[in-house]
Amino acid sequence: MDALDLSAFRDPHLVRALLDHIRETLGEREINLMEVCGTHTVSIGRYGFRSILPAGLHLLSGPGCPVCVTANADIDRAVALARVPGAIITTFGDMIRVPGSTSSLAAEKAAGADARVVYSPLDAVELAAANPEREVIFMGVGFETTAPAIAACILEAAARELTNFSVFCVHKTTPAALRAIANDPKTAIDGFILPGHVSTITGLDPYRFLVDEFSIPGVVTGFEPVDVLEGIARLVELIVAGTPAIENAYRRGVANEGNVVARRLVDQVFEPCDALWRGLGELPASGLAIREEFAHLDAARRFPIEAEPTREHAGCRCGDVLRGIIAPTDCPLFGVACTPENPVGPCMVSSEGSCAAYFRFRD
Amino acid sequence: MPAMPNTVLLGHGSGGQMMKRIIDEVFYEAFGSPELLAGNDAGVAALPATGRIALSTDSFVVTPHFFPGGDIGRLAVCGTVNDVATSGARVRYLSCGFILEEGFPLADLRRICASMAEAAREAGVSIITGDTKVVERGGADGVYINTAGVGEVPAGIELSGASCKPSDIVLLSGTLGDHGIAIMSQREGLSFETTIKSDAAPLNHLIAAVLEAAPHTRCFRDPTRGGLASTLNEFAAASNVSIEVDEEAVPVSPAVRGACEMLGYDVFQVANEGKMVAVVPAEEANAALAAMQGAPYGANAAIIGRVGEPHEGAHAQVRVRTAWGATRVLDMLVGEQLPRIC
Repeated sequence: MDALDLSAFRDPHLVRALLDHIRETLGEREINLMEVCGTHTVSIGRYGFRSILPAGLHLLSGPGCPVCVTANADIDRAVALARVPGAIITTFGDMIRVPGSTSSLAAEKAAGADARVVYSPLDAVELAAANPEREVIFMGVGFETTAPAIAACILEAAARELTNFSVFCVHKTTPAALRAIANDPKTAIDGFILPGHVSTITGLDPYRFLVDEFSIPGVVTGFEPVDVLEGIARLVELIVAGTPAIENAYRRGVANEGNVVARRLVDQVFEPCDALWRGLGELPASGLAIREEFAHLDAARRFPIEAEPTREHAGCRCGDVLRGIIAPTDCPLFGVACTPENPVGPCMVSSEGSCAAYFRFRD
Repeated sequence: MPAMPNTVLLGHGSGGQMMKRIIDEVFYEAFGSPELLAGNDAGVAALPATGRIALSTDSFVVTPHFFPGGDIGRLAVCGTVNDVATSGARVRYLSCGFILEEGFPLADLRRICASMAEAAREAGVSIITGDTKVVERGGADGVYINTAGVGEVPAGIELSGASCKPSDIVLLSGTLGDHGIAIMSQREGLSFETTIKSDAAPLNHLIAAVLEAAPHTRCFRDPTRGGLASTLNEFAAASNVSIEVDEEAVPVSPAVRGACEMLGYDVFQVANEGKMVAVVPAEEANAALAAMQGAPYGANAAIIGRVGEPHEGAHAQVRVRTAWGATRVLDMLVGEQLPRIC
């Protein structure tokens, strides 16, 4: 890791030059850019870009935080799984704290359930191997970036013939969400800052419909200060010139064709399914379901649980935030009833959530 | 006498023969101060001539118990020494309470005690009283240590986080984030190759050097859990001032920066165990910096920011100025630090 030298991508002279270029190219125009990925929202806040980018350039947060787009109904199902006697439910960090209709995994844990945070789904496989008398369930949330790792751990569990491991899969794929947002008459997005991590897997092709069908440009963008501004600068150029295109401004991380091997792995284990998104509703072919061949490793099939009736939180506008219809600060609950310590909606829970990022970097 | 078993047994906390042996052969062996060897329930020591003492206590539950650059024992001594020293006190005595889990390897306990003794020697403090409890297997995670420390406060020293004034200068004694990242790199399921070592170190000598060079120093604080972000926010709130940090001036090793990028951490919020923040009046800043840089563990010290008038009506008083002139709020960490998931 000592070899990871990112100083060139933090060069203040380059940053200033890019800021000037964006300002000159944009002129007096007003445009809306959506950063699809939660890590971009956090980076933009951390680099203080909102305080120095031109006033006419509006940055809207999108549906790119996997915790945030997980529907209440799915959290309720996870809560029900946590109540399966003897089960250990494992998931990625922030998911533990996200409130469902009436409970959360953290609340279940406090009440005696065994809910644990793992850093890699393979840890959950090891946990199952080490505890043959317990059912170990991994709740997989995420996008294309983490799906290959989940696929690998399902294959691993199958190869080791584990009978006490299963995955509760609520993985989603990003293009469907972008289509829903582009289609939504309430939104007015002029360009998408496309996610750097997701694109390492998907490549550029899944985004081409944005140009072909909606004439909206998108630029795959990295996360260092120079990366972020390069992506924004290119988007502004494409918008001002009226020449929409899908481009890659993060070549050191993303190959245009993506990661073919990883995608093959995902295809082997998963098939597309309709999925429920917070704020966007049910989107066709936007989720990943475990294939029949691995049905014995699918927690949804293995445990006939009954989740409580779904209840949405009064006043929570996470759904509108995720579509870029309102800024987090426009939500009446923001910073008052809803804070990172006492979150009402998931966008305030996840460190990558738009609301948490706005709260952290608010003035 | 038969050899001691290889692991801690419940009997080692019983108050009887076994407990006497673990005290004699492990704790006295390592810590051996005259006050401790007197074997009384309380360590008796001289009262300071200055008439004021500083007292602080801290408990240590870190896992893993051994990590690059230190272990729970070194941490337990350095943490409390540093807390007492931030008051400007000369740290003199420590107490040390162990909560041991049945089955904990005695070899590990000896190693931890040797490390505590070494850190105490380095800091020039004596461990003069202690306690041992053993809980059943599963009742604790191997070993927990509580230490308390007493120091004598020299006459005229009145350090407080509430004393910062506009135009004061903020100093940091070295690179940020080493401890937190070193621990993270060892955590189960998160192991990654790194040369980063914990910075756990006693900083009482460094503090004494700064106080001598900059007698009007307002306050010291070690940016442990919550990192620099918490320390500066605490100062700003207590003193009703704003603080601006120059991001470029904050020393961070390239390896820590890389790890923070990879894990999605803000280095300002990562824990340190061998770093000190000092706020000094502007006219004493250069002297304080020179003293820090000349003291043990202070070679990479830097001036990192300035205290200002409070921002009226704003909720956030601590801001970071980036190299490209943007500013951002530096808020305290909420909840636990976890690596990102996408």
